[in-house]
Amino acid sequence: MPATVQPSDVAYNYLRVKKNFPNVWCAGCGIGTVMGSIIRAIDKLGYSKNDIALVSGIGCSSRLPVYCDFNTLHTTHGRAIAFATGVKLAKPHMKVIVITGDGDGLAIGGNHFIHACRRNIDITTILINNHIYGMTGGQCSPTTAHDKKATTAPYGNLENTFDVAQLAQAAGASFVSRSTVYHVQQMDKLIGLALEKKGFSLFEAISNCHTYYGRLNKEGDAVSMIQDMKKIALPIKAAKVLPPEKTKGKLLTGVLWDVEKPEFCSEYQKLIDNFKDEREKNNA
Amino acid sequence: MAQSKNSVRRLVQGNEASMLGALYAGCNFFAGYPITPSTEIAEGMARMLPKKGGRFIQMEDEIGSMGAIIGASAAGAKTMTATSGPGFSLMQENIGYAYITEVPCVVVNVQRGGPSTGLPTKIGQQDTMQARWGTHGDYTAISVAPASVRECFEQTVKAFNFSERFRTPVTVLSDEVLGHMREVITLPEEGEIEIINREKPDVPAEWYHHFEATPNLVSPMAGFGEGYRFHMTGLVHDPEGFPTADTNEIRKKLSKLRNKIVRFSDELVQLETTMMDDANIAVVAYGTAARAAQQAVLMARDKRIRAGLIRPITIWPFADDQIRALLKGIKTVLVVELNMGQIVHEVDRLAHRHCKVESLNRFDGEVLDPVEIFKRILEVK
Ligand SMILES: Cc1ncc(C[n+]2csc(CCOP(=O)(O)OP(=O)(O)O)c2C)c(N)n1
Ligand code: SF4
Repeated sequence: MPATVQPSDVAYNYLRVKKNFPNVWCAGCGIGTVMGSIIRAIDKLGYSKNDIALVSGIGCSSRLPVYCDFNTLHTTHGRAIAFATGVKLAKPHMKVIVITGDGDGLAIGGNHFIHACRRNIDITTILINNHIYGMTGGQCSPTTAHDKKATTAPYGNLENTFDVAQLAQAAGASFVSRSTVYHVQQMDKLIGLALEKKGFSLFEAISNCHTYYGRLNKEGDAVSMIQDMKKIALPIKAAKVLPPEKTKGKLLTGVLWDVEKPEFCSEYQKLIDNFKDEREKNNA
Repeated sequence: MAQSKNSVRRLVQGNEASMLGALYAGCNFFAGYPITPSTEIAEGMARMLPKKGGRFIQMEDEIGSMGAIIGASAAGAKTMTATSGPGFSLMQENIGYAYITEVPCVVVNVQRGGPSTGLPTKIGQQDTMQARWGTHGDYTAISVAPASVRECFEQTVKAFNFSERFRTPVTVLSDEVLGHMREVITLPEEGEIEIINREKPDVPAEWYHHFEATPNLVSPMAGFGEGYRFHMTGLVHDPEGFPTADTNEIRKKLSKLRNKIVRFSDELVQLETTMMDDANIAVVAYGTAARAAQQAVLMARDKRIRAGLIRPITIWPFADDQIRALLKGIKTVLVVELNMGQIVHEVDRLAHRHCKVESLNRFDGEVLDPVEIFKRILEVK
């Protein structure tokens, strides 16, 4: 890891510092900020590193786990949630966290995403939404806004986008939250809440890909893109008391959805326990 | 299977036998997606696994099923999925992931006719080469092909043993006829067939390397949540599991994937021969096709034709040395398959112009009749 991580930093205990990896991210990319938040949230909750599995797909965002000293699984493009489902169901006591991008999680991996929501399996998915395919060089993603440019939408995007939060909610997730890489403290807190929630929880981190999205759409460098996040973000609590015209075009942040419903692994455990009781009765 | 007094004799369907074989081998995790003619395996697992404290999940597709069994295996479970042609195609990318990350798991492909949706309720042996070369890149595959209900059981147990011993995915090439056929078999008692489990590390966590070089090239494997925190990636990686671009490391990794299997292929070869001692015409057949071929060989013998049968049970790695030796003194070899000719190329390579190579192929969704094969023996002898 970069020499900038000091032994006094919280992150130092959680990064594979001995490997001394150069990271793959562009200077100023928001993905590293999300990594910091994940680590602080985990540290605050006091989870054992041995009990955490970080599972990712393919993309700049999905490179995050390799730097972290947990059980880490960098899988195939779009399939992180499927692999994570296997890990979680085989070892239900583990905290399983999926790291994915907007392309990885919503395009190629969209089917696994909605079905994990529906199943309500106890996995926390952190979807780093930079509105573009970073790793492959700036192609259009399911969250690239209408009219915005990408290398595969050189005249502006003709399609419409997914609202990740609404999608997850409609598909059956029990917890949905959102923040941006500008709002680091809020991000730390929301990731903590998502991790503590039993059931499928989503945290959408709005991030910057200044290298492609910023350049193609003339939105400036990392700093200016991150400052724009500050301008458009609106905490959901505040939005609730504002007239609709004041919330138009704003990005709602905070806990957007939080409900209780049966969780898949616990339901499965009940089934196993029922059979165990039956077996014991028969043996008695 | 040796018979002991407590073993149970039962009328069993092929797919049920695959399911029972998996449970016998200690399979405690199954993920799958329904597809004819394999579905009875998933249904059986859904019924049986919770009773045994294992876990079953119906995934949203076969890509997810393959991902889930790899994830569960990485977390220490013994895992399986079952599918047929279209599903096997969807699984290929993740099967490649299991090759490179050296994750044991078993895939039962109850073959139907193809390509595409093909013949959902009819037999084919058209995925023989896909089992060897289905995913992209260089790797070495292990596949077994049962030819009876009893072998559906036994070869699924073998597939688990091979997979755990070699830390690699293993394919069972069953087919529609085998899967749906019922035969009386003797179910072995616990302990009657040896069960192999992956080797676990015995070093402290800080010394543990998930892909460490060992004399037999298979690295001990910790599971997630067991105190060894390691990284797995489909990127080519070093012995610790971290991505590498070092040409030396890349060569070592890819060679390991091949050599851990080819250098120990004697442990894998399973080959059955019938009347090959004095044969001058050899029939090569596997899976369901071998049942009719066996009959045809007996018919030929009745007519004093010196025919014999070579039946590979382990299809991959192909039994090169053994078959090459068997082909010495053979005039003609007839390769019988329910496809347009796949294993025939392997046999041709081994025959290497020393004997004539002929083939008999059927690919219309029906099995071969022994008489058809017998007639072909008469033609080519
Ligand atoms: C099956 C498959 N198709 C395509 C790719 C190429 N690919 C790699 S990353 C990527 C997009 C990643 O985008 P996103 O998830 O938004 O992540 P980001 O890089 O923006 O963080 C694609 C298409 C691949 N690796 N595998
Ligand atoms: S390409 Fe974009 S997403 Fe990828 S590291 Fe660079 S800024 Fe971040």
